[in-house]
Amino acid sequence: MNPPPLIGYLGHNNRVSKVNRATAMQSLSVSFAVGLYGIAFGAAGITAGFSILQTCLLSLLTFSGASQFAVVGVIGAGGTAVSGIATASLLGIRNTLYGLRMAPLLQVRGVKKILAAQITIDESTGVAIGQEDLGPEAMKQGFWFTGIGVYVLWNFFTLLGALGAQAMGNPSAWGLDAAVPAAFLGLVWPRLLGKFERTLAITSVLLAIALSPFIPAGLPIILTAGLAVIFGWNVRP
Amino acid sequence: MSTFWVGVIGSSFALFVLRYLGYLVPEKYLTNPRMLRINTLIPIALLSALVGVQTLTEKGKWVIDQRFAGVFVALIALRLKAPYFVVVISAAATSAAIYRFK
Repeated sequence: MNPPPLIGYLGHNNRVSKVNRATAMQSLSVSFAVGLYGIAFGAAGITAGFSILQTCLLSLLTFSGASQFAVVGVIGAGGTAVSGIATASLLGIRNTLYGLRMAPLLQVRGVKKILAAQITIDESTGVAIGQEDLGPEAMKQGFWFTGIGVYVLWNFFTLLGALGAQAMGNPSAWGLDAAVPAAFLGLVWPRLLGKFERTLAITSVLLAIALSPFIPAGLPIILTAGLAVIFGWNVRP
Repeated sequence: MSTFWVGVIGSSFALFVLRYLGYLVPEKYLTNPRMLRINTLIPIALLSALVGVQTLTEKGKWVIDQRFAGVFVALIALRLKAPYFVVVISAAATSAAIYRFK
């Protein structure tokens, strides 16, 4: 078997790192798979009453799928901006942990640190960690390729989804009202690994629905974070 | 400023601060096992709650309508290990069909 060809190798300057083809391919496929979800988000934003500009800005600036869906979900249901932001932030805490993990690897400063932070998401961190066997250089490439790839495609497909939803008009007539919760369900599904997680999920659904008529929109969702704390406080059974 | 704009700007700001914090804080401060465990559970609780609220309530009232059928079909699609877009589209198609013919 031939050694993997090295693309992006720039002539004499041997300080330019070689691009690992397997890492690049993995980054690209992850970027496409995830970027496509942007359509669902674009449609969700419009369905919730956000403008095309606002929906696209969420993808450009907030850039974290679950948090973005949460903001449009909570505010679209009549929740306050504060409940929307709080839910998004609770979902975004994991990005802090990813940053902690990536900082020693990337060793970035200044503007590069800001860029690295902005593209620190599930996928860029996941692909970076997945390259561990190939060494730190491949891990860094995995992070940057995937982060930038998802960023570009996620934003492109958000715009596409937003334009599409805008053109469709009444969200219910096209089933967008069910597509949005189905999109959430698709996000949470892979996390339901065992009985423990499923119990938490079902308890959260029931609590949030039960509280909905009695407290302002958005709060029933935030309160389920308390369930996560209760469930996670002691070591797993 | 509208709720929508505050939501957009506020969540963008919050997410950036959360991310940047990861690059500033030394690793030892945020990695005790309990914190990590709770952190993996928070998305499960919040996303599940969102599914429930968006499927079975409308403006603070309990409602069973075409959305419930759509999400139920999505659940079946997920159990059959269908890809993400099939899950979302099957939910939309089911809901739209019931909405039109009810």
